[in-house]
Amino acid sequence: MLLGEDQITEDGEFVINIGPQHPSTHGVLHLKVWLDGETIKKVQPHLGYIHRSIEKMCESLSYRQFIFATSRMDYLSAHMNNTACALTVEKGLGIEATPRAKAIRILLSELTRLSSHQLWWGSIGLDLGAVTPFFHAFREREMINDILEETCGARLTQNFMVPGGVMTDLHPNFQKRTHEMLKNLKAKLHEYDDLLTGNVIFENRTKGVGVLSKEDAVSYGCTGPVARGSGVSCDVRKWFPYDGYEQLQFEEVLEEDGDCYARYMVRMREMKQSIHLIEQLIDNIPEGDFQTKTKNVLKLPKGEFYQRVETARGELGVYLVSDGASTPYRIHFRSPNFCNLSALNHMAKGGKIGDLVAIMATLDLVIPDVDR
Amino acid sequence: MDMNPNNFPGQIIPASSGSNILVTKLDDAINWARSNSIWPLVFGTSCCAIEMMSAASARYDWSRFGFEVARASPRQADLIIVAGTIVFKMAPVLKRLYDQMPDPKYVIAMGACTVSGGPFFYNTYSVVKGVDHVIPVDVYIPGCPPRPEALLHGMISLQEKLKTEKNFK
Amino acid sequence: MSQEELKTKITELLPSAIFEESSEFLQLILDAPDLLPLMTELRSDTQTDFDYLFNLTCVDWKDHMMMVYHLFSKTLKHTLVVKAKISDREQPEIESLSEIWKTAELQEREVFDLFGVNFLHHPDLRRLFMEEDWKGFPLRKDYTDENMIQL
Repeated sequence: MLLGEDQITEDGEFVINIGPQHPSTHGVLHLKVWLDGETIKKVQPHLGYIHRSIEKMCESLSYRQFIFATSRMDYLSAHMNNTACALTVEKGLGIEATPRAKAIRILLSELTRLSSHQLWWGSIGLDLGAVTPFFHAFREREMINDILEETCGARLTQNFMVPGGVMTDLHPNFQKRTHEMLKNLKAKLHEYDDLLTGNVIFENRTKGVGVLSKEDAVSYGCTGPVARGSGVSCDVRKWFPYDGYEQLQFEEVLEEDGDCYARYMVRMREMKQSIHLIEQLIDNIPEGDFQTKTKNVLKLPKGEFYQRVETARGELGVYLVSDGASTPYRIHFRSPNFCNLSALNHMAKGGKIGDLVAIMATLDLVIPDVDR
Repeated sequence: MDMNPNNFPGQIIPASSGSNILVTKLDDAINWARSNSIWPLVFGTSCCAIEMMSAASARYDWSRFGFEVARASPRQADLIIVAGTIVFKMAPVLKRLYDQMPDPKYVIAMGACTVSGGPFFYNTYSVVKGVDHVIPVDVYIPGCPPRPEALLHGMISLQEKLKTEKNFK
Repeated sequence: MSQEELKTKITELLPSAIFEESSEFLQLILDAPDLLPLMTELRSDTQTDFDYLFNLTCVDWKDHMMMVYHLFSKTLKHTLVVKAKISDREQPEIESLSEIWKTAELQEREVFDLFGVNFLHHPDLRRLFMEEDWKGFPLRKDYTDENMIQL
């Protein structure tokens, strides 16, 4: 049965389909919604419309080659995904990246986090009916894309990290352009608050909607801004620091309410923390090599390795099982969006369809990361 | 001499009513109007969708060329830009969307995944190796992802292809 | 608790457990039928208090399958990796953990879809990524498919 009419239990209930092609599902997500009038009784996600079998494909690629596939999983935090893979292979080989490479990795990751949060802010406006924030967000985002393109060669899927460091050195213009971009962004950041944060309609649509309690957030395995909006402290950069984050100063942003407005405020404050991190590092990049020397064909010893990083959406874990050959035996990606999505039914029960759109917008899902 | 027309060598072309000049001018006008206001459908599955959104925003504006209104419903759209990988589970959905669009309709295959399967060609069990196995394609744009300028070049090529169409038999 | 204290505590609860030291976390290998009582105990006991299951997956070693669970405690800050060995590869079965941690529900559906492991007492066990009528379990090592183009 396509629609699920055989699972209706009460009189007056009906089932509708949202997606897979829908302007506000952030990718191809198919939701079946059981409704009583306009109140939601149950939401059931159907996945697999972009399941590209990345885990099976990586079993036949070498340890240098499989990193490109992860930039296409959560393409808005491509640098963090690549860093996770490179760090796992380094853990297996027992080597460490050079200090200059670590600083470059942090800079590129924080620029990517900033750009991802700007795109999220533009699309939350678009989902709730405001079209103007979309253009403002993309205007700033293009400046960051230009900086990344000059150094890495591509705008979106950069594939810049290798086990041992980064692929090549920074462009000579990097520092100057980043300073200009930060100056421009700090002057325009108040526009973000003017347009959406204090708006009466926005507040009515997001305050008190989609509440997720602290125990439920931990039980559903939520991480990232979704869990930090409910008061759960889970930033991997603070709990299990990597790549030199322990020497930098920044705060972990927490809010207590657990509704959509709290998750929105967490991301807005995180953007300011990212700017602070970039400012600390941009003038103090250590000199030296950008890559530790490794052999051409990498072979990891027998065993299992696990590495976690903080992407823009939560904690990404790479679990690698090796049996001594030159290709991995099994790779599993613990993706943050998969676990955040499992809390959707719990949050949307009892609300209206308009609330469902607001909850999906603040969950900030990227569906290729759910489906891998 | 045999003057029977049935025995003349070569082919006899019957004279028409002299209206061909009107039809070609009408063709030109209709094609000009159609090519300068193609409305695309909002359809993006993965990474190429972000470059499509960049092409729609302020820097690489595509509404200068007439693609102003992006409709959400296929019944109101002329063009479907397939941006992102298509897998076996999604292929029937794409075919259904294409069937729901009214004629005349066009398809642009954007990105390496839709041209031939792209980086997911070897050792995958669920990817359709090229979207032309599902629907007929007019323009192919390579790249992973293609720059917004490449997408605009593809759309302008589609406009030029449109201008050579014949609407009256 | 340090790794030594965890080891003693777990040996109290389950004497037949085997420990491995090959990675940075403490690893524990047991048989599939012993899994559910140990996990319930680890969740509810205040000395261990593992409230965060952050990874659930399966590895196919060609003569048996191994389920892997990564557990973390937010209050006491220790990590444990539990591996459950399923010896029957034709009809693999194990208990579901969705009563204890709600995140296990969706992750177990993924393992069922890609490996074919049957989870007993799961609320809703169906295929997740592949179509309803797909034959075979793609991530197993002996899976063949005429659509796959091998390099």
